Parts: sequence; C-alpha cells; structure tokens
Amino acid sequence: MSIWELANPVRFMRLSGRVLPYVSVLTIVFLSVGLVWGFFFTPDDFRQGASVKIIYVHVPLAFLAINIYFMMFVTSLIWLIRRHHVSALAAKAAAPIGAFFTLAALISGALWGSTTWGTYWQWDPTLTSFLIMFIFYIGYIALWGSVDEPDKAADLTSILCLIGSVFAILSRYAVNFWSQGIHQGASLSLDKEENISNVFWLPLVTVMTGVFFLFLTLLLIRTRTEIRNRRITALQAREVL
Amino acid sequence: MIPELGRYAFSVLGAWGSSIGLVLIITVISIYRAKVSKAALTALEKQHKGK
Repeated sequence: MSIWELANPVRFMRLSGRVLPYVSVLTIVFLSVGLVWGFFFTPDDFRQGASVKIIYVHVPLAFLAINIYFMMFVTSLIWLIRRHHVSALAAKAAAPIGAFFTLAALISGALWGSTTWGTYWQWDPTLTSFLIMFIFYIGYIALWGSVDEPDKAADLTSILCLIGSVFAILSRYAVNFWSQGIHQGASLSLDKEENISNVFWLPLVTVMTGVFFLFLTLLLIRTRTEIRNRRITALQAREVL
Repeated sequence: MIPELGRYAFSVLGAWGSSIGLVLIITVISIYRAKVSKAALTALEKQHKGK
C-alpha cells in the first residue's frame, strides 16, 4: 500500500484504530520503565549532583518538541503541494501536543538552569529560539481557531508553520554550533565519544522512546478526533440543506 | 530506594512534577475530546439513518 493511500480518511481511521492499542501499550511500558529507572536507580552526576535527574524529563520533551515541529513542517508541505486533508489535520492535531511538550521543556529547563547556571533564564541563542518556537506553536493553534473556512485555515497555518520551522532548526542545531550561549551541547550524539555515560544514556533513551510513543498515541487520537469533527460538520451542513 | 535530592529537591521535583503534569493534561484533554466527538458523531449518524 502506498503511503498516499493513508491520506484517505476512511483508510486512515481503520488502520489507526488497529495500531492505537499497541502504541498505547508501548507508551505505558517504555515510560514506566524509563521514568522509574531514571528517578530511582541512577547515580548522581559528579558535577551536577542529583539535579542531573532533570535530564530524564527535559531532554526527551525538548527533543520531541523540536521534532514535532519538523513533522508539522513535512505535513504542512504535503498539504500545500498535494492537498491531502489528513496531512493538514495531522499537523493541526500535533500542534497542541508540541506546545505542551515545549512548555514542559521550558519549565524543566529553567529549573535545571537555576541549579547549574544560577539563573532561570538567559537570552541564550538556544533558549531564545526555543521560546520563539513555542510562540509559533501558540500562533499556529490560534490561527487554526480564528479562520472558519477549513481549507483556507490549512493554507494559512501551513505557511506560518514553514516560517516557524527556521526557529525549530535553530533550536535543534544551536546547541551544536552556537558556542556563545550558556546552554551545553547536545546530550545525545551519534558519535559514541561525545555521548554521556551509559548509566545515564540507557534510561534516557528508554524515556525518549516512551515519549515518542506517547506522541504517536496522542497524534493518532487527535487526528482521528479531527477527522470525526470534519464528518460532524459535513453531516450538520447536509441537515441544514 | 528514595533518592537523596538534598538542595536540588525543589528543582528536580518541580521539573518532574510540571513535566508529568503537563503531559497528563494534554493526554486527558485529547482522550476527553475524542470521547465527546465520537459520541456526537455516533448520535448524528444514528439520526441520519433514522431519517
């Protein structure tokens, strides 16, 4: 089956309904194991002490917050080029999840910063681009809510999403190339030499997998809701006629 | 079993509490909206079939 066939709402509802229970179970398993492991069974860092435990919530949520925006970028592009409604609805469904994850990463990051940097906030390039990305999430959600005509709303929000993706890219890569700020480099790297120790890395990857499955679960639930809402609107319009 | 958080207790518990709290809020909202829309669609479809 081609991926474009999933753009058919009926097929998407059928397939997502079948996948959803499995993804939900994987979310619960990975999140439970990862969070308990990270909080109760990992040692303190020799420099950061017990505050290193914040890594198990901050890094997965920040990582997903940025990548949810990339997912929205791709689905918005698909909408603009191929006009597949499910892709526009998937972007709409993902935005509140991304906004909540970004807010959680901002709060946990500020609390982590207060112990390691001695300040909750600084206008560092990584932090600032991440905050701007959060504002784009809010603007994106507000724009969807303020335009009545669905296709027009999808067009406008897709364009807004493409513009905001600059800040998502900055947030993603600023930790690697922008050395002026106080934010440390990426906690995870494909280069084994640059990675954090396995005692922190393994539970962190477990939580990240759990947060990814959580996003997938919420995305499926919310996209299904958006499709149902479209159907409700169509039926109500038919009633009026 | 309970980790000794010492002077980092506020930051660690605050970060974990706010993160888990926000994740729970979006999860509950998503499930609630799904239930409401499913019920509304079922009722509407029944009504249409009855006509």
